[in-house]
Amino acid sequence: MSHSSTHDRLVYMANQIGKFFQSQGRDKEVAGVAEHIKKFWDPRMLKTIYAHHDAGGEGLDPAVKDAIGKLKDAAVAKEKA
Amino acid sequence: MSLIHETDYGTPLSKSEKMVTLTIDGQSITVPEGTSIMRAAMEAGTQIPKLCATDMVDAFGSCRLCLVEVEGRAGTPASCTTPVAAGLVVHTQTERLKKLRKGVMELYISDHPLDCLTCAANGDCELQDMAGAVGLRDVRYGNQGENHVFADACGEANPAWLPKDESNPYFTYDPSKCIVCSRCVRACEEVQGTFALTISGRGFDSRVSPGMSESFLGSECVSCGACVQACPTATLTEKSVIEIGQPEHSAVTTCAYCGVGCTFKAEMRGEEIVRMVPYKDGKANRGHSCVKGRFAYGYATHKERILKPMIRETIDQPWREVSYDEAFTFAAQKMRGIQAKYGRDSIGGITSSRCTNEETYLVQKLVRAGFGNNNVDTCARVCHSPTGYGLATTFGTSAGTQDFDSVEDSDVIMVIGANPTDAHPVFGSRMKKRLRQGAKLIVVDPRKIDLVKSAHIKADYHLPLLPGTNVAILTALAHVIVTEGLVNETFVRERCDWSEFQDWAEFVALEKNSPEAIASISGVDPEAIRGAARLYAKGGNGAIYYGLGVTEHSQGSTTVIAIANLAMATGNIGRRGVGVNPLRGQNNVQGSCDMGSFPHELPGYRHISGDAVRDQFEAMWNVKLNPEPGLRIPNMFDSAIDGTFKGLYVQGEDILQSDPNTSHVVQALSSMECVIVQDLFLNETANYAHVFLPGSTFLEKDGTFTNAERRIQRVRKVMTPRNGLADWEVTIGLAKAMGFEMTYNHPSEIMDEIAALTPTFTGVSYQKLEEMGSVQWPCNEKYPEGSPIMHVDGFVRGKGKFVVTEYVATDERTGPRFPLLLTTGRILSQYNVGAQTRRTDNVVWHGEDVLEIHPHDAEQRGIRDGDWVRLTSRAGETTLHALISERVAPGVVYTTFHHPLTQANVITTDYSDWATNCPEYKVTAVQVSQSNGPSDWQKAYDEQARNSRRIAPIVEAAE
Repeated sequence: MSHSSTHDRLVYMANQIGKFFQSQGRDKEVAGVAEHIKKFWDPRMLKTIYAHHDAGGEGLDPAVKDAIGKLKDAAVAKEKA
Repeated sequence: MSLIHETDYGTPLSKSEKMVTLTIDGQSITVPEGTSIMRAAMEAGTQIPKLCATDMVDAFGSCRLCLVEVEGRAGTPASCTTPVAAGLVVHTQTERLKKLRKGVMELYISDHPLDCLTCAANGDCELQDMAGAVGLRDVRYGNQGENHVFADACGEANPAWLPKDESNPYFTYDPSKCIVCSRCVRACEEVQGTFALTISGRGFDSRVSPGMSESFLGSECVSCGACVQACPTATLTEKSVIEIGQPEHSAVTTCAYCGVGCTFKAEMRGEEIVRMVPYKDGKANRGHSCVKGRFAYGYATHKERILKPMIRETIDQPWREVSYDEAFTFAAQKMRGIQAKYGRDSIGGITSSRCTNEETYLVQKLVRAGFGNNNVDTCARVCHSPTGYGLATTFGTSAGTQDFDSVEDSDVIMVIGANPTDAHPVFGSRMKKRLRQGAKLIVVDPRKIDLVKSAHIKADYHLPLLPGTNVAILTALAHVIVTEGLVNETFVRERCDWSEFQDWAEFVALEKNSPEAIASISGVDPEAIRGAARLYAKGGNGAIYYGLGVTEHSQGSTTVIAIANLAMATGNIGRRGVGVNPLRGQNNVQGSCDMGSFPHELPGYRHISGDAVRDQFEAMWNVKLNPEPGLRIPNMFDSAIDGTFKGLYVQGEDILQSDPNTSHVVQALSSMECVIVQDLFLNETANYAHVFLPGSTFLEKDGTFTNAERRIQRVRKVMTPRNGLADWEVTIGLAKAMGFEMTYNHPSEIMDEIAALTPTFTGVSYQKLEEMGSVQWPCNEKYPEGSPIMHVDGFVRGKGKFVVTEYVATDERTGPRFPLLLTTGRILSQYNVGAQTRRTDNVVWHGEDVLEIHPHDAEQRGIRDGDWVRLTSRAGETTLHALISERVAPGVVYTTFHHPLTQANVITTDYSDWATNCPEYKVTAVQVSQSNGPSDWQKAYDEQARNSRRIAPIVEAAE
């Protein structure tokens, strides 16, 4: 495999995380993905994926997209506070 | 300091709890039932003369020197084979015994060379000691006549004489000095489990024979050294002893190779190392060793070691040797300059799993407190990071559950994706010993590893799965356990979260997870899966040992979770003989993880976002810490290529050779403005470095390593660092130049700081290690003597957590262009990227990486054994020689990654574990074809490496 850019790789990684939490039951899916990304991704990775989400989030699986949206909203809210 | 002499009790310790009292030479002594009279006497302080007995192997009773008299019994029994009994009255020295022993010694000496003064064993010869002990004064039979000693007899060639075998690079076999005590043969069988040696012939023709009268090198011998250690004469002798002489002092230290963490005595003469001898009190190895730890230490004095710091502006320039101060200042200015230009987060560090705990701790401290970010990672990223995630999720802590001794109580051993006889050889030998005693064995591995079938070992079940299908197989095992009612419900109800268990049980019971349903994916016979599941669940104490064949996959973390689920469902946790045991790759992988080497957690596995934890570290370090997780190694590479990550400090780790997709790593390293490499040699990563800081070996510094059983053990300095500074001192120097002062006079002070900040280490100190020899964390108020076995009364996280493990196929797929699956691994004689072992005589066993390919696949491609072949994947291509072998299944090929010329990682891709980004080394779709020799890529790489390793000559000022 060669992901053409870090950007593509982050989308791939996020979906990979999504696939694991998908099997953990509906209620845990979005929260699980969000928690995992928050716990392990560095700020520049988050920034890149948020920007991708803002631009429509192409390629992100629906639950993963939801999770990243939630994380982004929380980060924005935290910044405002 | 003096030479450490270990007492040889003659026969092994009896484990019986029933005690027996007897009288030996008028002294009363109480010992466990089953103890030999010889051992009981030794415990009472009386050494009965002996030659064929040694406490590493069972009694044999052949030398007839250890005879004793027992009141009320006829004859003179051998004390090694006679067990104690209550009320026995034993005499070890009587007129009759004295005469008998002298007679025996006379016979021995009549067929033994009398070159004692020039003999390599002079000063360490049990035959000589026994001649002295029995008062041998003359040999009535003379030294002539029929013998094994002289090459010529009366002017004719002596048919009984054999020349020395010097084929093994580390020891010699001199048949003329052999007394046929069989200690070597028994050590090879009982301790090592290889069965390479035998006694050929009978009577006077008896002699030690490797294999069928082969040379040592040509036989099955694995050069573990157990025979050499067992030999009472100079028959089997280390070449280093022959060359140097007997050692005069020694220190107990810990091997710096694999995660077993064997304890050795470094036997010295001055600052010259004479030999490394495994230490019987070492709790990981119990007196055993392998070819690496025992013999392969020559790299420490290898001529290619770099002993002076070096710098250069750009990587196309030759290196320039400078002082430490100049190198530190140069590096500090570069790193601080990068931060000023690209931001605080634009630099980072990689800690070493080969360095000590103290050194690793300092590097992560420098990154977090000195660099001001959390961009620190370690090579565990590419091996056992999924273990961290998986075991923390299910059990609540990131470590194996047992000590190595535990295997002695296992009834069923399941080995998954590990090859202990090659990669963890000393533990492999301990496991084989238990298997020979009757424990059952399940091997889950795509290859027919030695454990599947070798001398006196045969797996009850071998599940030869297709690489990448671990989760499917483990979930199928769980399916059988749940649907056939084999769950240990009492354990699960008591120890685990019952509702999570029910969700899990419902999931695994689904028809899609049955062995029959996954047969087409995994390629494994469903009946074998069913049999293995029943055996593991109901065969008594079940222990799982696993390696990188579990972790290095897209679903590495899921597989670890699946293993934990199995152990919990069957109640195989929390006592001796059971457990979940990751076999760690490098000597201090466990330690480097414990010491906070991951970008998201501080020492003791505490997430960096926790305010209370950060407060504690901030108070001690006197700085403000960044609460956001930093970059992991693969993310560092990506960010480097993106231009946001520009400076890297790498201690003792060759990321270019060991990390996947080499061309991606090359691109990342070339994008950086300052790469600082601290290592023993100009490794592959150093080809792209701007600063080289010379490293020190484990022989040259004090510190601790933590092995795969969480055992913290001392590393002791036995020689002055040839490069001038120990690694921890180098880090302190670099930190200081960067304006971050760290003041320690000795590594023990660093350990004190670790203990003060880490709840699982609060009881650990160098004092404690002196007293106990070693200790297994957690070691704190609750467990002052440490914790050999974890989760005894309950899981660390509270209730054990079952997690659903859905199989997700990797995206790395075979197809018409890449129809074969490549998997990678290790070989006994070489270690990791080979930086150390390639610089020793171990290369005689493995001089290059070869490609193992099944005869069927080879024939289809017209490949013969030994041919050059091209190995191609979607990531790149390389060439190497083919080895046709049925150890791999059709459709699967295998190689090692020990040699930089092969660069097996040019082939591997950047797919990685979903949770931790641990690379998927174990599955790469490839094609194999005929080739004429090294690829263009290999040639270009080699040229770049040569160019990059140039060191500018020092110009002497003209007078």
